[in-house]
This record gives sequence, C-alpha cells and structure tokens, in this order.
Amino acid sequence: MTSKIEKEDLSRRNFIFGSIAAAGLTVAPGVMLYQTANARDLSKAASSKVRWGMLIDTSRDVDWNKCVEACVKEHGLGNEEHSRPDQRTQYIRVVEVKNKSTGYSMSLPVMCQHCEQPPCVDVCPTGASMKREDGIVLVDRHRCIGCRYCMMACPYKARSFVHETLTDQSTTTPRGKGCVESCNMCVNRVDNGQLPACVEASEGAIVFGNLNDPESDISKLLAKHGGKQIRADLKLNPGVQYQGI
Amino acid sequence: MKKLHFLEVEGNSRGFYTLLGVFGLISLIGMFAAYYMEHHGHYVTGMSNQVVWGTPHVFAIFLIVAASGALNVASISSVFAKTAYKPLARLSGMLAIALLAGGLVVLLLDLGRPDRLIVAMTKFNFLSIFTWNIFLYTGFMGIVAVYLWTMMDRPYNKLTKKAGMGAFIWRLVLTTGTGSIFGFLIAREAYDTALLAPMFVIMSFAFGLAFFMLVLMASYKYTDRPLGDYIINRLKNLLGVFVAAVLYFVIVYHITNLYSADHQGVSAFILADGGIYTFLFWVVQIGLGSLLPLLLLYGPTGKNRTMIGLASALIIIGGLAQLYIIIIGGQAYPMVMFPGMEVSSSFYDGVVASYSPSLPEVLLGVGGVGVTLLLVTVSVAALKFLPASLADEVADPHAK
Repeated sequence: MTSKIEKEDLSRRNFIFGSIAAAGLTVAPGVMLYQTANARDLSKAASSKVRWGMLIDTSRDVDWNKCVEACVKEHGLGNEEHSRPDQRTQYIRVVEVKNKSTGYSMSLPVMCQHCEQPPCVDVCPTGASMKREDGIVLVDRHRCIGCRYCMMACPYKARSFVHETLTDQSTTTPRGKGCVESCNMCVNRVDNGQLPACVEASEGAIVFGNLNDPESDISKLLAKHGGKQIRADLKLNPGVQYQGI
Repeated sequence: MKKLHFLEVEGNSRGFYTLLGVFGLISLIGMFAAYYMEHHGHYVTGMSNQVVWGTPHVFAIFLIVAASGALNVASISSVFAKTAYKPLARLSGMLAIALLAGGLVVLLLDLGRPDRLIVAMTKFNFLSIFTWNIFLYTGFMGIVAVYLWTMMDRPYNKLTKKAGMGAFIWRLVLTTGTGSIFGFLIAREAYDTALLAPMFVIMSFAFGLAFFMLVLMASYKYTDRPLGDYIINRLKNLLGVFVAAVLYFVIVYHITNLYSADHQGVSAFILADGGIYTFLFWVVQIGLGSLLPLLLLYGPTGKNRTMIGLASALIIIGGLAQLYIIIIGGQAYPMVMFPGMEVSSSFYDGVVASYSPSLPEVLLGVGGVGVTLLLVTVSVAALKFLPASLADEVADPHAK
C-alpha cells in the first residue's frame, strides 16, 4: 500500500515538476541551460542514491537571522494578516540555548530535520506527510486534511499550520489555509541544481550536500569532524546535523 | 421476574418535540461554529502552532472514549451473562453509536480541510494510528449495529452472544487505539507511555457509564416510566469502581513520571506549577470529578437518585477536565529539545504555551454532545430501545 502511495505521489510530483520545467524551458531557456549542469532529471523519480543533508556549524559567527530572512523570502512567508504571532508560520527559527549551570550559551537555526525515520510521516493518516527517496521530508498540500497529527508527533516543532486564507504566494511554494507546512529543504531549488535559500545566506556556515556520496563536501566534513543530531536519543537519524552543539 | 417489554417513547408529544428542538438547536449552533472556524481559518480559535489540538479535541475524544464505555452495560449482559443488565443492553448499544457519531462529527469539523474527507477515506497510510482508528470507528458502528439487530430481531437472538463478544473485543481495541494516539507520541513528555492505552480503556468505562446513567435516568423520568432501585444501585456501584480504577491509573501515571528524571518535569507541571492545569487537576478532576462522586455514590447519599445523577454529571465534568489536562496541558508543556538547557526562540521554544478556548471551539464541542443527544432522542422514539418498565419486579432477576 505504501509503495502504491509513493508511486502515485511520484507520478503527481513528476507531473507538477515536469510542468514547471516545461514552463521554465519556454520562458527562460538561458537560465535553464545555466542550471542544467546540477539539476535533477525531472522526468525521473528522485533517487535513493542521494540523501540530501545539511551540516550546520554553530561555532561560526554568523547572523542566523539572515537564514530566516532568506527562507521567508524564498517561500513567501510572513503574509498572514490575521494570525496571532503564535499562529504564524515559521519554517526555520533561531533557538537560543543556555546552560544554566555554566552560563554557556549559543544560538542555532532549527528547521525540519529531514529525519530518516520521520514520525510525521508515520502518523500522517493520508500519506500527505512524506519522505522523498532523496531524504527530503515534505507535505503534499493536495492531500493534507489538516489534522495536525504530524505537528503533535514532530520532536523538533518544525511544522506550522496555515491559520488563514493566504494571498500573494510564492509560485514555487503553494500554501493553503487548513494545511500543515514546513521546511522542504527548498526542494524546488534543489531539483533545479541550486542550494537551499538558508544555505546560500549562511556565509558557508551551513554545508548542503549528498550524505550518501563519500566524496561530497558534507560527507568529508562529517568524516573529519563528526556531526551531532538534536535528540539523537530518539534514533530518527536526521539529515540535518550540527557541529558545536 | 416479570416479562420484559420494550416500547418506543411517544414521539408525538410536546416533551419529545421540545427535546428535539433543544438538541437540534445545540447541534445547529455547533455546525455554525464549525462553519465560522473553517470560513475564517483557525486564527479565530485559541489554537496555535504550539497547541495544535484544542477544545474541540477534548470534546471529541471524550465522546469517542465514552462511546466504547457506554457499550459496557450491553457487554456485561451478553458476554458475561449477567441477566440483570439485559434490559439495558439495547440502550447501551444505541448510546455507544450516538456518542461515537457525536465525537466524530466534532473531530471531522475541526480538521483544517474537512472538505477533504474523501481523501481521508480513500488514501491510507497504514502506519498511522489515525488510519487504524478510521477503521476502528467505522467498524465499531457496523459491529454494534449488527449486535443491536441480533438483540432486537427475535429470530436472530441466538447470535446476540457472538455479536456481543465481537463488539466487546472491538471496543477494547478501539479505546486502546484512541489512547495510543497519544501513547505513541515519543516527542512529548506528557505522552510517550504505553500506560495511556489501558488508562483510556478504564476512562471509557467510567465516562461511558456516567453518560449512560444520566441518559437512562432522564429518559425514564421524562417518560414517566418506572425505574427501580435494583438496577440503579447495581449501576452506581459499578460506576464507583470505575472511578476508583481511573484514579489508580492517574496515580501510577504520575508516580512513574516522577520517578524518572526525564519525565519529572511534566508531572511537576501538572501537579504543582501548571496554573490552570494544576487547578483543573486537583479541584476539578480529582476533587469534583473523582472523590466527591465516590462519596456521593458510596456515602449516605448513595440511594438518592438526585445525588447519583449529580455524581454522574461530576464524573463527566471531571473527565472533560482530565482530557483537557492530557491533551492541552500535554502540549502547553514545552517540548524538550535540549535536555537540561534553557531555550528560547521566536517559535515559543522553552516556554509554556498559552491557550484559552475560544467561543466557536466550545460551541463546536458542545454541538457534538447535542448531536449525540439528538440521535438518542430520535432513536428511542423510532425503535424499541427502552423497556416499558424497569421497576424492581421486572429488572431484578430474583424478584418474585
């Protein structure tokens, strides 16, 4: 059953991304030609040979708010008119962590951790909350019924619920009232061979790459310095890892 | 024991239409509240990205839990062959279906996209407990309907025991499933325990029977049908046992939490520093919802109908408080991402989330109760659910 759902998802995704690719080819051939070097072949399903991940170096003196701003801009967030602050969508946030006994403090960006075994995917009754073959966890907004069980299940509070009708949305990030959403690792950019928006804004403090490729920068860094996961005790094996926490 | 005789409630009466009007209006207001929430979006509610399940869920889960508990009376009669409960078995089954329907209506109308019900009914992820519950709930309605049929259609009476057994096992699985909605949530300190599954089963016994007793006593009072002490005393003694059993689970839950350092926080929060949740726990759940009913049921007032009714109502109020603490208190307590550290962020990490129920949420929840009572009112008038008399000479198997 699961594989059937996945197949349906894949065909739908292929259609959507295929359409986007076709439109892109029509209006901006120059841009497309420039990016095809790293872009994924959208006629094929995402491959499990790739596992996209991020390594975030919290020891770097970076203004993490720039990552938040880039995310907001990329996905057209912050356009709620009625929602209270605690109802507004945040894909990525800066968390301040302080050790009470030693006084040591640090700040780090937290977003969807793109778990290998995501609880949000397990609990979703309709399969709207899904993990792509390449490890990106995201919500199919055509299938989400807005039950919010994934928000109950996520150990990272990574998800938001759209509390009102939204207008003026980003064309690459459709968002709808009554659905749950979260960081999708800028799947539209990644499929296009670009870096996620927060990575681009991080001044090199966030390294993005293929965790399954031992020759990728991220794998080499992890091999050399190691990486830490938030709530590693839950054994969800997130694709987002940290240095310096 | 005299012969048992079932009879519909007179439908063409002023009292019947009054009840129909009142419960219909409550249901209608609930539906309007849901429309208001869906039209504007959930920003008009007290819910947020921190407390994602609010008051509607408290009512919905109460009704669903009570549904399986309401079936107990029938189970005791069919599965455990206690003839004293047989006259009540039909009402028990019908009330179970009505409670479940009321709960499901609330759960459905609180979805972000209730218009996508068809998606929920056609696309399944079988790893999800919600998916299991979709089958458990619809299956429960079906199996209880069959069970009622075998009870009410004489040629099929011989199948009642089998159908009753099926329904009994199904209801245990169902409430285990409802408890597991929370029990399987590893992320949150308040949940993450298998204890919630059996605790929900025993909660269902208490809430379902309390609701059943109120419906039973009210129906017989309004229709001027005799209801003897024999049956009421048996039921109220059983109710007291269930309330005590819930208390036992609550104590074990908190003692277990307090004993392990990584779960201490949430129990300390509920028991001592949780503000409204601490108040609800000690005053409403424990004081008014558990200890006072036990006193009323087993003390000198134990034979007084009004006091038994009051105890049942208090158990329901205590049950709603208990679910409020579990569902909303469990979310309000900050999720621990960095154990032992102080955390803060623009997304309310590390702080107790604020939540106050909005009027539409409350109206939707109460609307679900209205739907249940509307169904009960129509059912008792349409079909022979209630015995014409439950006077002691009819109800007591040992009466001469």
